[in-house]
Amino acid sequence: MILRLAFGSLLARALTVSMTILAIALSVALFLGVEKLRTGAKASFADTISGTDLIVGARSGSVQLLLYSVFRIGNATNNVTWESYQDIAARPDVDWAVPISLGDSHRQFRVMGTTPEFFERYKYRSGRSLAMKSGLVMDDLFDAVVGADVAETLGYDINDPIVVSHGIASFADHKDQPFRISGILEKTGTPVDRTVIVSLEAIEAIHVDWNNGAQIRGQSTSADVIRGMDLQPQAITAALIGTKSRLQVFNLQRAINEYRSEPLLAILPGVALQELWQIVGIAETALVGVSAMVVVTALIGMMATIFSSLNERRREMAIFRAMGARPSVVLGLLILEAALMALIGAVLGLGLVYLGLWIGQPLIDSAFGLWLPIEAPKLTEIYVLVAVVFASVIVSMVPAIRAYRMSLADGMTVRV
Amino acid sequence: MPQTSPILTLKDVQYRWSGRAAFDLRIRALNLQPAETVLVLGESGSGKSTLLSLICGTILAQSGQVICAGQDIAALSASQRDKFRADHIGLIFQQFNLLPFASVQDNIALPLQFAKQRRERVGDMTAEAKRLCQDLGLPDEVLTARAGTLSVGQQQRVAAARALIGTPPLIIADEPTSALDAASQSTFLDLLFAQSQAHETTVMMVSHDARLSNQFDRVLHMSDICETARGAL
Repeated sequence: MILRLAFGSLLARALTVSMTILAIALSVALFLGVEKLRTGAKASFADTISGTDLIVGARSGSVQLLLYSVFRIGNATNNVTWESYQDIAARPDVDWAVPISLGDSHRQFRVMGTTPEFFERYKYRSGRSLAMKSGLVMDDLFDAVVGADVAETLGYDINDPIVVSHGIASFADHKDQPFRISGILEKTGTPVDRTVIVSLEAIEAIHVDWNNGAQIRGQSTSADVIRGMDLQPQAITAALIGTKSRLQVFNLQRAINEYRSEPLLAILPGVALQELWQIVGIAETALVGVSAMVVVTALIGMMATIFSSLNERRREMAIFRAMGARPSVVLGLLILEAALMALIGAVLGLGLVYLGLWIGQPLIDSAFGLWLPIEAPKLTEIYVLVAVVFASVIVSMVPAIRAYRMSLADGMTVRV
Repeated sequence: MPQTSPILTLKDVQYRWSGRAAFDLRIRALNLQPAETVLVLGESGSGKSTLLSLICGTILAQSGQVICAGQDIAALSASQRDKFRADHIGLIFQQFNLLPFASVQDNIALPLQFAKQRRERVGDMTAEAKRLCQDLGLPDEVLTARAGTLSVGQQQRVAAARALIGTPPLIIADEPTSALDAASQSTFLDLLFAQSQAHETTVMMVSHDARLSNQFDRVLHMSDICETARGAL
């Protein structure tokens, strides 16, 4: 019955109480939402590349290699010679190897030369393969496959011609050898979305008339002539490698790192991703901190509400006292009330998160390539809810103790 | 001398509020017999509230004795006094007696939450609340109504039912009729006394209104039973 009376008292002040509950619910939803986004982003980040055991490039730093080979950020310091690549790819413990060649661009997007095997081997989000939204993998020498963002940003469709520029942010176009878009990829949420993919040979082809980064004056070889040439590349930027057995990964890594004829670097993508996340991760901590402060603010708001309700409720407390309730009952009632508000707010907040996920999941996935799973609340989330209720109990102690003092002083007679 | 032992005895009680609004109250002797109805008349500021607080045990006398139902109030701890009050005293205030958001039924049953003896005497709370409402002339449908929706007269009757439930030996009413018109005042007292007589409950009412005197067994004046003094002492 006491619980019912506490409920009744809350209901009687429905407006202020519902505002308080709303504030708590929103803050809890924010906190849990940020937490979901954070873990989602982290998982999504770690899922940028999967299924690849090693990434091989010229010797530099592991984060740098990861950045240019997977994220297309920055440039390679050096190339890997075709001979070294062939040598490594031929090793018995190597299951497959996909070379990639970077360095050119189309508008703001990077162009990557690779083999058709890339489309089979590149995996993201724990084992998902690239899929064509429309069109096919490049067939002709001057075919290109573009990522979802490229097609969307530049409004490209199948069979549209595109011209690749030499280098990055450059005005020198490979306009003698225009490409044709043969396929558009589905959105993946990975850097592939912002990449123009052509064949390894095409990268060679567009550089036929070029020397040392400049077009040789007056020289322009026609496409037909180029098709007849040997377009074996001299060097590649990096290679993705899969091993026959995961146990061999470390051996292979050491072998590549100690490769004699050329300074090379092999990295485990997962490890390098973690290293990179540690750098990016400072922002996430700040975000969690800020949303935690919002929860604290909501709880302090609740304390203020209880405080301001004390005066109008002196009568109520006096009635309880007159009926023989100990002052501690009055104390308990206020704490119970706060705990009830926080509990309702916390559960409502959790509900809001799920509602938001339910509505926002496809939107976030298509806009940011961030997949937020809808799953049963994790233990940590339950802890957060419990912590909010517990914190509300502590916070409500302040007004409750004041009410306790007041009711001790007032007794059963209130002169309001 | 009365044959039975008094339900309430105050002897040489002194209480003093210190501080700026210093106030000193002395009561030489006050005895209430079982089943009698006593009206204590006094103007506001005559120490009525202090007297009630002393009887209810929310404040303790600096000297002297307050004995209720054979128990010296001062011998009990604060929480024991709260329990003792719940079990032995039914209270009715001037107005705003009820929790406005709670149902009439819950309001009537409220003291039983804190009074074990009264709860055991009652048994079925709902039935007893209903019976009291009927006997006090309240229609059955008010039981489930929110107390705040009732008229002042009805609220006072609900307060009376709450004081009567579980038949405490003493009912203390602090100007319970001052918010009612003359006819309602008289009816209210009749209904209250009918119930209190049935269980030999003592009713002590404090009021400034002498017109109600003829309905009581005994009328006392604050000025006769106690001495008060104001100001810095």
